[in-house]
Amino acid sequence: MKLAYWMYAGPAHIGTLRIASSFKNVHAIMHAPLGDDYFNVMKSMLEREREFTPVTASVVDRHVLARGSQEKVINNITRKDKEESPDLLVLTPTCTSSILQEDLNNFVQRASIETRSDVILADVNHYRVNELQASDRTLQQIVAFYINKSNIKVSSCIKTVKPSVNIIGVLSLGFHHQHDLVDIKRLFQDLDIEINQVIPDNASVHELHNLPKAWFNFIPYREAGLLTAQFLYDNFDMPYVDITPMGLLNISNMVNNIQSLLSRFGCHRDYTNYLKIQTHYVSQAAWFSRSIDCQNLTGKTAIVFGDATHAAAMTKILSKEMGINVLWSGTYCTYDSDWFSMQVQDLCSKVVITDDHNVIGDLIAKTEPNAIFGTQMERHIGKRLQIPCGVISSPVHIQNFPLSYKPFLGYEGTNQIADLIYNSFTLGMEDHLLDLFGGHDTTESLSSTLSSYSTVNWSPEALKELGKIPGFVRGKVKRNTEKYALKANYKTISLAVLYEAKEKANMI
Amino acid sequence: MSFITEEKINFECETGNYHTFCPISCVSWLYQKIEDSFFLVIGTKTCGYFLQNAMGVMIFAEPRYAMAELEEGDISAQLNDYEELKRLCLQIKKDRKPGVIFWIGTCTTEIIKMDLEGIAPKLEADIQVPIIVARANGLDYAFTQGEDTVLAAMAHRCPEKIRQSTNNNNEIIIFGSLPDSVVQQLSYELKKQDITVKGWLPSNRYTELPTIQTNDYVIGVNPFLSRTATTLMRRRKTKLIGAPFPIGPDGTRAWIEKICSVFDIRPKGLEERENEIWNVLEEYIRLIRGKSVFFMGDNLLEISLARFLTRCGMTVYEIGIPYMDKRYQSAELNLLRQTCSDMNVKMPKIVEKPDNYNQLDRIRDLQPDLVITGMAHANPLEARGINTKWSVEFTFAQIHGFTNSRDILELVTRPLRRNNKIKSITNDPNPCIENRVTS
Repeated sequence: MKLAYWMYAGPAHIGTLRIASSFKNVHAIMHAPLGDDYFNVMKSMLEREREFTPVTASVVDRHVLARGSQEKVINNITRKDKEESPDLLVLTPTCTSSILQEDLNNFVQRASIETRSDVILADVNHYRVNELQASDRTLQQIVAFYINKSNIKVSSCIKTVKPSVNIIGVLSLGFHHQHDLVDIKRLFQDLDIEINQVIPDNASVHELHNLPKAWFNFIPYREAGLLTAQFLYDNFDMPYVDITPMGLLNISNMVNNIQSLLSRFGCHRDYTNYLKIQTHYVSQAAWFSRSIDCQNLTGKTAIVFGDATHAAAMTKILSKEMGINVLWSGTYCTYDSDWFSMQVQDLCSKVVITDDHNVIGDLIAKTEPNAIFGTQMERHIGKRLQIPCGVISSPVHIQNFPLSYKPFLGYEGTNQIADLIYNSFTLGMEDHLLDLFGGHDTTESLSSTLSSYSTVNWSPEALKELGKIPGFVRGKVKRNTEKYALKANYKTISLAVLYEAKEKANMI
Repeated sequence: MSFITEEKINFECETGNYHTFCPISCVSWLYQKIEDSFFLVIGTKTCGYFLQNAMGVMIFAEPRYAMAELEEGDISAQLNDYEELKRLCLQIKKDRKPGVIFWIGTCTTEIIKMDLEGIAPKLEADIQVPIIVARANGLDYAFTQGEDTVLAAMAHRCPEKIRQSTNNNNEIIIFGSLPDSVVQQLSYELKKQDITVKGWLPSNRYTELPTIQTNDYVIGVNPFLSRTATTLMRRRKTKLIGAPFPIGPDGTRAWIEKICSVFDIRPKGLEERENEIWNVLEEYIRLIRGKSVFFMGDNLLEISLARFLTRCGMTVYEIGIPYMDKRYQSAELNLLRQTCSDMNVKMPKIVEKPDNYNQLDRIRDLQPDLVITGMAHANPLEARGINTKWSVEFTFAQIHGFTNSRDILELVTRPLRRNNKIKSITNDPNPCIENRVTS
């Protein structure tokens, strides 16, 4: 047993559901007890989704415990098939089904005889993999299923005439994925490379057999897509690029990588000039790094923590593009620690691999950086320690699903990141100066109540009761109650008057 | 206890494919209520993920709760449950010094049949901290029923003193967790009728649990407390006062009147008090009178809320509810039926264990003015031009007693007021409400 109250990566089934709900017309059925369908709430809330989340639970209750699921799962699968006519139904195991050890595969076999849709069982084990690994695996599973189904051979596979690419791993509830996708598409357009397919985002499973038509695959995020890329490489010899185009150096790396990859196919492109123009004129980040403003960031300290993709890229940007001293950099993707260490070991003093938020909290307190770049959790640690924090990676809350265009990848991404870094540091600076000069000119808001001249007294009980009201509305309640008491000619505010005011005064 | 004749109320039961919160969510409000408590949820990453996301901001306020996250070794019994729990509880004792530790059993502990009730007394003696076990799992319960399992377990721990002869007859014990200010308000209302609240389950501290003796009168404040009621009656030999719940001015009055009638007290000024509140509510009621509402059902407050909204002049199309205890809620059901006949509207059908998919079909047909539902359906319904109110807010808002009736309507009318204000940009196909509430 492990004592924990916060985790960076969710349980396995969340990963599977994120993949299933990213595809078009794919429905997931969870084998889970009541209440485990919280994914629907998150998707509907965080992404402000207008459509009903295509996830249903086949509920595990006492009866299932006693007699097994029997026909229940099969009935739920066939029912969903009739109601929604999805292309694919994904039966999703949870921690509960992991230990019930029911033969879910058998249910899938039996149900698929009756359904028009395809049915598969997600091959994820709750106790072995987390959300990210499960999403990676499920994506590969679905791609493999449809490639095998279509029976295409390497020999019969025709490539597109112009160079083309598949973008693999853009998914629902991904950190700024939708915005990143726009910028990645623009980047490929600039490079004159056609986009063959984007998966799983809004993709149709019946198109998946066209994946091998692309010249190569591009994997923007390490967390999901690498297994699929490997599968396509093993079966169709498709090379892949897995450099995340986050930060100027990474974008150049990625583009050069693509350039040499194309030349192997006999297509000679020279992107040198393009990179120069973009770096100097489109992205403001390089000039920003030269500008006087950024000079003041020299020697400032920061720490970085997040998923492998974003934490590694951010570490590189801070130390190599902004000249900031990264005290330590870490990731909670413990299964990917070798790659991560290799990426950042020359860029920071220390590499931290952990999924325990207490370790991170203590480490931040001990190292006292000027700014933090991390997840939602680090944001709150920063609040507590009064250190500014820029959020760069999942897990995040609703404020990191912005309506406005905020990519982290590509050249527009470099501008966004420069703003994020600069604002984090200047906020810290401002606070520091304010402290130096004695703070904002603020007066205690409660003493400036309208009724401070009045002759209304509070009885001890009522005052005690007022003290129980949460701080942020206490002043308002106090003022309104006093106003009400004055109007009603009460000399003393007793409990009764306090309640009466709540009932009758216009506090809407 | 009077029993209702059921042919008049139309009960249905569907497939149980509905969305609700897992009952372990009760730790989020109970740890705040019981100040010296620590809640240990013995479950998996799934439980932890739910809590961390559902509790949002609270997570970062260092709450007095944690997961005992089960790993593969625990599942395959390679690790000793007793030793593992002891290690964790000793750490909790060292870090937080709680007055009581609650173990919340989950689906996983049920399936692997971890004997929490057997381990707890031994460990309690071992580490010298009271340990209470509540099995609030998704196999058996929905959302608010989690609190029910915790309070039922606490009821066993209430001290029992020898009855003293100086017994004031007008004493009751109230069960149900409410915010302090609401506890004060309800006690104050009863004090006006010369009724003393002898104790409250739960109290603010575990050490202040009320004394419960044979033949004490007990009454519940919430509709989801069936197990607690049963435990108090059967195990603690108390007398349960069956009443409607103090939600809305009508419910509050009926609740107080019922208590008074038990003690042969003639209620003083209740009618005026109720009318006073109705007058204050009028500006809200104007907005919803004649409108229709549909409860998808996820927190067991549905019957009481439907009854109150019917009294406000709304037509209730359907009351979805996870679980319907017809005995414990009989007074509330009677009041609902009475209210429907007073207001001259049809008695709504009550759908136990609803099927959300079918409900969405019915909502499509009925086009109600308001759907009270979980977050999973709220945005998609809004996108289809249906006004929704997120049901969970009723669990966390203060809705009990005369004083808080306005808060219920504040919640209910908010979507109507808001959507009315932004009509010009949303092209809402359901234009509702002509006048807005003046502030």
